[in-house]
Amino acid sequence: MMKPLSIHNLSVSFGAVQVLHEVSLEVAAGECFGLVGESGSGKSTILRCASMLNDSWSGTVEIDGRNVREMPVRDRCRTLQMVFQDPYGSLHPRHSIRSALEEGLRVNGIGDRAERMAQAMRDVGLPVDFLDRYPHQLSGGQRQRVAIARALILEPDLLFLDEPTSALDVSVQAEVLNLLVRLQKEKGFTYLMVSHDLAVVDHMCDRFAIMQHGHIVEILSREAITQGTATQPYSRELIGASLEYERAV
Amino acid sequence: MDPILDVQNLSIRYGGAPKPAVRDVSFTLGHERLGIVGESGSGKSTVGRAIMRLLDTATITADRMQFEDVDLLAATEAQMLKIRGKRMSMILQDPKFSLNPIQRCGHQISEAYRTHMKCSKAEAKARAIEMLEQVHIRDPERVYDLYPHEVSGGMGQRVMIAMMLLTSPDLVIADEPTSALDVTVRLQVLQILDGLVRDKGIGLIMISHDLNLVRAFCDRVLIMYAGRLVETLDAKDLDNARHPYTRGLLAAQPRIGGSRAPLPVLEREASWVNPQEAV
Repeated sequence: MMKPLSIHNLSVSFGAVQVLHEVSLEVAAGECFGLVGESGSGKSTILRCASMLNDSWSGTVEIDGRNVREMPVRDRCRTLQMVFQDPYGSLHPRHSIRSALEEGLRVNGIGDRAERMAQAMRDVGLPVDFLDRYPHQLSGGQRQRVAIARALILEPDLLFLDEPTSALDVSVQAEVLNLLVRLQKEKGFTYLMVSHDLAVVDHMCDRFAIMQHGHIVEILSREAITQGTATQPYSRELIGASLEYERAV
Repeated sequence: MDPILDVQNLSIRYGGAPKPAVRDVSFTLGHERLGIVGESGSGKSTVGRAIMRLLDTATITADRMQFEDVDLLAATEAQMLKIRGKRMSMILQDPKFSLNPIQRCGHQISEAYRTHMKCSKAEAKARAIEMLEQVHIRDPERVYDLYPHEVSGGMGQRVMIAMMLLTSPDLVIADEPTSALDVTVRLQVLQILDGLVRDKGIGLIMISHDLNLVRAFCDRVLIMYAGRLVETLDAKDLDNARHPYTRGLLAAQPRIGGSRAPLPVLEREASWVNPQEAV
């Protein structure tokens, strides 16, 4: 089932430094929403807070009207999953793919594991016998597929994607982006995706927020990139730089 | 004009590896900008490091590896110490890791200069500040005294460029010089590097995974796949690339304003690892 995400007045401080300043955004059910900005602007922090990987923040985050703070861990994990940036770092090097995928099922007390694991592998387009491989026996793109399979296996409604392709080569990036688009169509996921690459955002997202210094500068629709309808100076600068880079190169 | 660098049939095998990481790579470099492009693991950085002779555990074989008057295959480490940083230098990917975190930026630049040039500390400092100005740092005296963690990524990379170009090398190898930078400063850093390389007539080898970047900032492009050269092209002819690998790489890149159709995925063929036919 498609679920919307609502973030209201999210603020975070790390020590004396406030890294997010009352950030609010609404992601509609089934939408792909992008977060764009320079490094250090707080994009990934939003994902880490909304997914409760970091729980010392103020504000409210609701998934389909339910406050994430009040959701039991199991419910939360079965509603919301995350795919991290670097598949070389996010898979345990000494666990086989089978144990990486099985762990989530086991801690959540889900039965029928073999069939679910096989289905998750088929969903991401990997052969089922790869379950017995270790991460070092897979290429970067295959590892990111495993990371996506691990997120899928608990049948979430909402996927947080933290720069899912920036550690990958363009040829592999194309595979992973195609996979994410296909899964969204098939399963009706709501995506919240962090990226620094506007071309990827333009390819994937319906709307996106531009961030700077922990503030949302502007929320724009995808068309704003090509039609130049951004109003804030920083958004225009960021979009301009990306377009100039694309044109120059 | 005499080539700056002439490499013939370079093969590199890392210690303990069953297969060579680079096989039979040949190219020459004049006073021009040469791009080396490929996916991760294709051996492009390994080629750059072999030229700098930074791979002391790897077996390097070549018919010829000549840098100006120096035979890089035969040069001793003592000779290399005099060449590295003076006559050829390397710009690395991420200034966060390549600058020394506990020394001031300016000190690192003048140290690099004083390693190769006989001069007083004051003179080295003056040269460093002058160089910081050339990489478009607005307040060079202040930046000279900053630590690497106090400068942004783009500024750190410009400090790195200043350090590497201060001794006026003949050859600069830039290994992914901008992939760690935000898009807002990437173009600026590339333009600064490009301007300096042209003004000083330096031979540049730009190693990158980004075909489009190389197209804009290089004269010639070598495409590497699985340790071999699969194609050599003038940058302006990249659109007419013949090798399916090159064309696949170009097509797989999403573009702003592109259609949202599924991106073409590279269909790899086993024959790509065979030696390239003469072009």
